[in-house]
Amino acid sequence: MNPAFSVIFFTVLSGAGYGLTLWWAAIFAWSLLAPAPYPPPLWWIGPTVEALAISLVLITVGLSSSVLHLGKPRRAWRAFSQWRTSWLSREGVFSLLVYAGVALLGVAAVVDDADKTIGSNMAVISIALIMACSIATVVCTAMIYASLKPVPAWRHPLVLPVYLVFALHTGGWTAVALFDVADEPASARLIAIGICCLATGMLAAMKLAYWRAIDRIEPPTRESATALEGIGKVTVFERPHTEANYLTREMGFVLARKHSRKLRVIALLLFAGVPLLALALAWMLPVASVVALWIAAISALFGAFVERWLFFAEAKHMVMLYY
Amino acid sequence: MTALPEPSRKKLGLVIDLDTCVGCHACAVACKEWNAGGIAGPLTDENPYGKEPFGVWFNRVHSYEVEPLAESAQPAMTVHFPRSCLHCETPACVTVCPTGASYKRAEDGIVLVDEDKCIGCKLCSWACPYGAREYSAVEGVMKKCTLCVDRIYNEHLDEIERQPACVQACPTRARHFGDLGDPESKVSRLVAERGGRDLLPELGYKPVNKYLPPRPRRGATASAPVDATRAVERLDSSALPPVLRWLDRVLSR
Repeated sequence: MNPAFSVIFFTVLSGAGYGLTLWWAAIFAWSLLAPAPYPPPLWWIGPTVEALAISLVLITVGLSSSVLHLGKPRRAWRAFSQWRTSWLSREGVFSLLVYAGVALLGVAAVVDDADKTIGSNMAVISIALIMACSIATVVCTAMIYASLKPVPAWRHPLVLPVYLVFALHTGGWTAVALFDVADEPASARLIAIGICCLATGMLAAMKLAYWRAIDRIEPPTRESATALEGIGKVTVFERPHTEANYLTREMGFVLARKHSRKLRVIALLLFAGVPLLALALAWMLPVASVVALWIAAISALFGAFVERWLFFAEAKHMVMLYY
Repeated sequence: MTALPEPSRKKLGLVIDLDTCVGCHACAVACKEWNAGGIAGPLTDENPYGKEPFGVWFNRVHSYEVEPLAESAQPAMTVHFPRSCLHCETPACVTVCPTGASYKRAEDGIVLVDEDKCIGCKLCSWACPYGAREYSAVEGVMKKCTLCVDRIYNEHLDEIERQPACVQACPTRARHFGDLGDPESKVSRLVAERGGRDLLPELGYKPVNKYLPPRPRRGATASAPVDATRAVERLDSSALPPVLRWLDRVLSR
């Protein structure tokens, strides 16, 4: 498949955004429920607001890039209508609901000034909405691809968990870097770092298993595609046209498979190797921890770009059986 | 709505005979000609007279070499293979559409794109394993075969012309149009008689269009080529009279 940069940009950035939102919401919920050292009004100061702002920027940039991928961006609003059958439409609906949750939280903050009980109840509801819809959006993004039968590599059961864990992973490393800047209590930081390392390890294992599996996929045959099964072995004699067409450009992308081994190693190093090394560095040299953790976060994001590029570029579409 | 309608009784579609198709591309050209001005038009070509022309076609004719199976006595063949929308009974291209622009007609099963609703996300083209949909970057919307819906019901045309342009243009009658939902229709009987097949049936999209496989070649045997004995015969041209020797030389060129 042709790796369209707008779509890769969207899935990586908004994935990181939703991941960061989830982390932010988890920390926020914890600060709401645990009394000390976080009195409830704290959500308006410190890193939680920064984290929310950054995640909203990531999500919004990602969504805008996906809208620019469209042939008719001004009609994008129509995409909210077919949620009964289309994962793409569901993705759009849930992504809007996340914004609705954030708006509700803003209302909760205003109400909170007048009435603490109603305010914090509304905050809990909006946090729940934001968390649920963030997860749902990432699931829908993954299902857009996982539901396409003509691309066997995307039908693999690991596609959905990898999308989810990548969101938590890229968002998580960003959160760790942000919260280190703010000098959060050591215990919270340790928990966050622990979960991040776990996510990194899981991702590396899942991607290795996925890559192994897609190298062994046996797609349908050209004989089946041309109704000539049982008649003979079919090879291409002449293509329909001398020039490329939409199908060969969009679905016939060979470059990635030629260099797949190297690119996989690069992806693995960027999204898992560098962040873990940087973390070790931060541990040993507390002075450099801010820089090291930001390097970890940015490297995880770049690793996600390479991984997502490969996810598209390596996948073979069945229409190329005809070519 | 992109939800699929109840399966229609009427299933309009094509039956394509791989035995008689000669790969002349007349169907592809006639299709392009009609649809450039029909409801699916324009079918824009980018850089049409330049070095790398690029454009939308609803019909593309592939040519394949078929090397017979070891146990068969059949000769090798060239098979010409016209590829177009199969108007599937359960088309994924319709259900993935986020806007409702793609739809399957409840009355006759034709799969269409409402270009006024299409946002050009291209997901439907990814969902189709048959390459039936082609995106037009100029119009920013997805294009596909309409089964010439603007011909087959068109009362301004003579009745004999109310069939898809590709079917009408085919010089070898390799393309047949009809109702595949009616077991008594001409096309259904043809499919039953010739063992019509689905493309990629394992994917479960239940294509309506069927392909008739090439018939076995008559008198084919697995033995050595007939010409083998003739090649052994030698001619001593120096023994010939001059006129015949000259003739032999000319004919040997």
